[in-house]
Amino acid sequence: MTKIKMAIDSATKFYETRSGSVHALDKVSLDVREGEFLCILGPSGCGKSTLLWSMAGLHSLSAGEIKLGSETINQPHPEIAMIFQDANLLPWRNLSKNIALPFELKSKQPDQSRINSLLERVNLKGFENKFPRELSGGMQQRASIVRSLAVDPSVLLMDEPFGALDAFTRDEMNLLIQEIWMETRKTIVFVTHSISEAIFLADRVVVMSARPGRIASIYDIDIPRPRPVDIQTRPDFIARVLEIKGSIDHGRGAAAGLAIT
Amino acid sequence: MDKALGNKIPEFNKKQGESGGSGLAGLSAFGSGDHRSKLETIVIVLVAVVIIGGTEILLRLFNVPQYILPKPTQIVTALFTEWHFLWPHVVVTLYELLTGFFIGGSIGFILAAVITQFPFVEKVVTPYILLLVTTPMLALVPLLILRFGFGSEPRIIAVALASGPMVMINAATGFRRVDLAKIALARSFGASTLQIFTKIRIPMAMPMIIVGLMVGSIFGLLTAIGAEMVGGAEGLGNRLTYYSALIRMPQFFAIILMLATIGISIYIFFFWFGKKWASWEA
Ligand SMILES: Nc1ncnc2c1ncn2[C@@H]1O[C@H](COP(=O)(O)OP(=O)(O)OP(=O)(O)O)[C@@H](O)[C@H]1O
Ligand SMILES: [Mg+2]
Repeated sequence: MTKIKMAIDSATKFYETRSGSVHALDKVSLDVREGEFLCILGPSGCGKSTLLWSMAGLHSLSAGEIKLGSETINQPHPEIAMIFQDANLLPWRNLSKNIALPFELKSKQPDQSRINSLLERVNLKGFENKFPRELSGGMQQRASIVRSLAVDPSVLLMDEPFGALDAFTRDEMNLLIQEIWMETRKTIVFVTHSISEAIFLADRVVVMSARPGRIASIYDIDIPRPRPVDIQTRPDFIARVLEIKGSIDHGRGAAAGLAIT
Repeated sequence: MDKALGNKIPEFNKKQGESGGSGLAGLSAFGSGDHRSKLETIVIVLVAVVIIGGTEILLRLFNVPQYILPKPTQIVTALFTEWHFLWPHVVVTLYELLTGFFIGGSIGFILAAVITQFPFVEKVVTPYILLLVTTPMLALVPLLILRFGFGSEPRIIAVALASGPMVMINAATGFRRVDLAKIALARSFGASTLQIFTKIRIPMAMPMIIVGLMVGSIFGLLTAIGAEMVGGAEGLGNRLTYYSALIRMPQFFAIILMLATIGISIYIFFFWFGKKWASWEA
């Protein structure tokens, strides 16, 4: 039986704001299996980021618990790395200094051979001295993936990492992240708006519903890997997209924020 | 799989080339073609020669008396002949400026860093800072002299009071530009509060901090000169009063020239500093 990597148990979150409290997560329970690629899908505002940030130890829950193995997560954990939407590189540092940041924060010497092979892997060799503004969005996001992988975490949390990229670059990145996952077998939790991106990448797709954020349903995706990009145009793939789309529309009628592509 | 990726990489490279090109446009204006920057230098020198030479010629042509406007040659001559009388005053003024600016600037910087962390404290303190900014510190100099005597202390205090709030207001603007995602990023890698401050907040605020230091030091220079004109027996400001009372205009303008040099040096220093530490924002 597969091992459980992270266990989310009745995670509940209220944001206290001036205009009252926002119920962002409502008793979300979910087991993330070791080495799986899990995609979280849901309309805007359903609490995907809240859930992911809580898993990263960046937010505290109002109730419930998130565990990594036997440890309770209530602050950032070295085994868990987060990848943010717009790459989130520091504009005042060049690529290699950006990648060295996690090491710097722990007063450690950067693992240069690991960093070099990662840079090679994502085709960024030779760009170490460039500043973020000199790189395209895709390159920036690849650099941020290197930054996170450099410290060798076992869990990778990705919050709409490719949401700001154009469709072609996005396909590239999806291929790349699939390859990296197949090579490293890290546990990846990947948040997205796009149903087809979720199906393309995931072993399991978790669909959330909004207000308050709940888990609506979970789909197993058993398409063999490696999955080519053009799989997304095949009838059986489209059938899966429509199935998920239909179930969301049927169940909630609130899936306006979900794109098919 | 790898091949498919490899095939698309040139597209990335192309994009990179484009954006790299536009991003470096400012720099390439400097670097691309040495002859262009040489041409610029020639034009700048030429304009200066025409202006200074033209002034000299016009003043001679219309026989303008020295006590109204001395000729450039007279000013430069005065600068050289009086130099050994003047340089101790330069030292005094620079000492007041540096000490006062260091004290005022440090306090301003620390206040900005601390206050912006506590919005409530900021609200309470800001009116007083604005009061300090808008009060002409020169008006306080006679009071300070009454209290601290005719030494350099009252002038140092005036410089600190003039430059500190400038540094503080600008630095606070910088510190207020928090980027929660960048802070979350650092935290996710286990950064401490101090590390977030030194590795995220300060670099982020750096462009505004440098502006504050530049404006603050120029304000400090003006205040030092003004304070020396009001009271005391030394410093370039004092010499200005002295020479204008004696109607020794070439010497007077020689000092103006020196003050301009100090001011421009300050500007160039912080410009260079900004290029080095805050060029990412340009
Ligand atoms: N810091 C906050 N303070 C108050 N309310 C918040 C805060 N962050 C999120 N919320 C609210 O909580 C709910 C869930 O937000 P969250 O960002 O987790 O959604 P999301 O699913 O990630 O949305 P999106 O797809 O747009 O990124 C939303 O209604 C949002 O307005
Ligand atoms: Mg979100």
